[in-house]
Amino acid sequence: MVAGNETVSTAEGLGGRTLSRPSRLRTLLLGNRFQAGMVRMLLVYALLFFAAFLFLLPFYWMVNTALKPSNQVFTLPPTWIPKPAMWSNFLTAFTIQYETDPPVYNYALNTVIISVNGVIATIFSSALVAYAFARLEFPGKNVIFLGILSTLMIPFAVVMVPQFIIWRYLNWLDTLWPLMIPHWFGSAWNIFLLRQFFMTIPSEYDEAAYLDGASRWHIFIRIILPLSKPALAAVAVFAFVFFWNDFLGPLIILSTPENFTLTLFLANFNVAYRGTPWHLYMAAALIIILPCLILFFFSQNAFLKGITVTDLKG
Amino acid sequence: MAFAVFTWFFDRVCVNGPGFCFTKPWLPFKAKNGAYFVATTGLTSSKSFWQSRRFRDAMVAYAFILPWVIGFILFVGGPIVASFVLSFFRWKMIAPPRFYGLTHYISMVTTDELFRTSIWVTFKFVLISVPIGQVLALGLALLLNQRVLLLGFWRSAFYLPAVVSGVAGSVIWVWMYHVELGIVNNGLALMGLEGRNWLFDRELVLGSLIVKSLWNIGIPMVIYLAALQGLPQQLYEAADIDGAGEGSKFLSITLPMLSPAIFFNVVMGIIAAVQTFAEPYVMTGGGPDNATLFLGLHLYQNAFHYLKMGYASAMAWIMFLLIFGLTVFQFGLAGRWVYYEGGTR
Repeated sequence: MVAGNETVSTAEGLGGRTLSRPSRLRTLLLGNRFQAGMVRMLLVYALLFFAAFLFLLPFYWMVNTALKPSNQVFTLPPTWIPKPAMWSNFLTAFTIQYETDPPVYNYALNTVIISVNGVIATIFSSALVAYAFARLEFPGKNVIFLGILSTLMIPFAVVMVPQFIIWRYLNWLDTLWPLMIPHWFGSAWNIFLLRQFFMTIPSEYDEAAYLDGASRWHIFIRIILPLSKPALAAVAVFAFVFFWNDFLGPLIILSTPENFTLTLFLANFNVAYRGTPWHLYMAAALIIILPCLILFFFSQNAFLKGITVTDLKG
Repeated sequence: MAFAVFTWFFDRVCVNGPGFCFTKPWLPFKAKNGAYFVATTGLTSSKSFWQSRRFRDAMVAYAFILPWVIGFILFVGGPIVASFVLSFFRWKMIAPPRFYGLTHYISMVTTDELFRTSIWVTFKFVLISVPIGQVLALGLALLLNQRVLLLGFWRSAFYLPAVVSGVAGSVIWVWMYHVELGIVNNGLALMGLEGRNWLFDRELVLGSLIVKSLWNIGIPMVIYLAALQGLPQQLYEAADIDGAGEGSKFLSITLPMLSPAIFFNVVMGIIAAVQTFAEPYVMTGGGPDNATLFLGLHLYQNAFHYLKMGYASAMAWIMFLLIFGLTVFQFGLAGRWVYYEGGTR
């Protein structure tokens, strides 16, 4: 990695030789001289360590507390490493039932239902719409696409009250339907993302299939979707994280604990338990974020792809 | 099943046109000559407009975007109109709505001091957290772009908070900021500094929430990193030949080349920051002394605690105007500083 700088150091003052360097070795802040490069890399690593330390500190503090025996939670100064580590806290946090409240796995079940529905709905509907914008010609295409993009600017608060009134009118408040149905109609951001990806698929595939008599629908299902697995995976992981973490939607719709999602449970934890058993609170928080963390570690590429697939070049 | 119906419908529209589809639904979908793809490809002017490929393609396209159109009417466009109309009515859900004219908008500036507070809080939060967050994200991306060892590890460390929910993240930070037991005050004590009451001091609390928001900069960071990795190296080589220093290379190559990414991140960051809700709801409840009464929180309380649906709608429109204004402002500025390679976009 750093070794390339030695050639750089000899190249000092010889402008012509800089061209012979492998271009990848040339980066933004790297020094021209070996020593300066070393100092710079040390500085880079020091800053990285410091930043990573700060970014991971909250996770450490959560895990540390989650593993503490209850009698250590309120000791001062706090213990920095829990001894003994109480792995049973997780089980307690997950199965504890306070008075008439449902057990935690009930919240988890609701969250899973909403998230799975949300992922499937988002992928299917967004891909459908994105396909039309990537491949088909129709009057008003650009205007409608601009309209889709401009809905990104509309805050949820604007549509929140009328949507609430619709659900109330349908008598669907305090059910999971309002948190499931609206996502079957495409989401602006994912339509945009998938359209960008579909446009990178060579259109020769479609045309060949079209000449063989396949309909647009078949082309979409049999050719475009299978070729778009990376983009669909990216949409899926982002949709999952979004629905798993959604808070305001469930907050305004759901009112009885039986229907609560995990985020609502977590937000109401203090109230439900009167006073805060922080070790259980942190254990619950950890359990709740765990699916997203695991998903992130197993599909990092999908996450990174999802963020950068649009490439900002429109 | 639904799949089959969909397929059948699309085939018929593709092959026979929608008119045929609706007038003679009992007929099999293949064209009369039996080779329906011939009909779709070998079109001449002798075909009627309804059977022309252009028309049918358009119909197919509309069928594809139909879900979005329906969803837009039901859940976005319709509600936008309803919300706008509702903002001129007083409606507390019990009695029928009563026309209120501009009263809601007037009382926002005259009587509702909390509204002014919430606008000010939101504005301060956006104005501080977005620029600092972007500088931090860009800084981390620049660090990661130094061809460091274990790139994946560092990147994960900085990105990880972005997958933690607003609620769980807020809960963690409440515990971090805890006066006696939090790691922040205990860490300060280890360094011989005095702890503060981070979430209950009205001077500090907004700063505490801003720090928490800086923890979630994973997405802009990854965008910056990708943009940095895509920078053409020839520019830097040319600058080297000209003897440019690191500083001037950064200012005259890196920043201009990154400006579309910066612009994108700033706009998205503003849109998200104006709508901040879970953090104040969980961490402070808007307190102390309304020092973290964000616009979203004030709106939520008016709508769902006091059931002032009309007033909440009016506030939602102000929130939209805030986002719209800041975005338009950004687009207006963009012409001066955003550089698109190739000149046009």
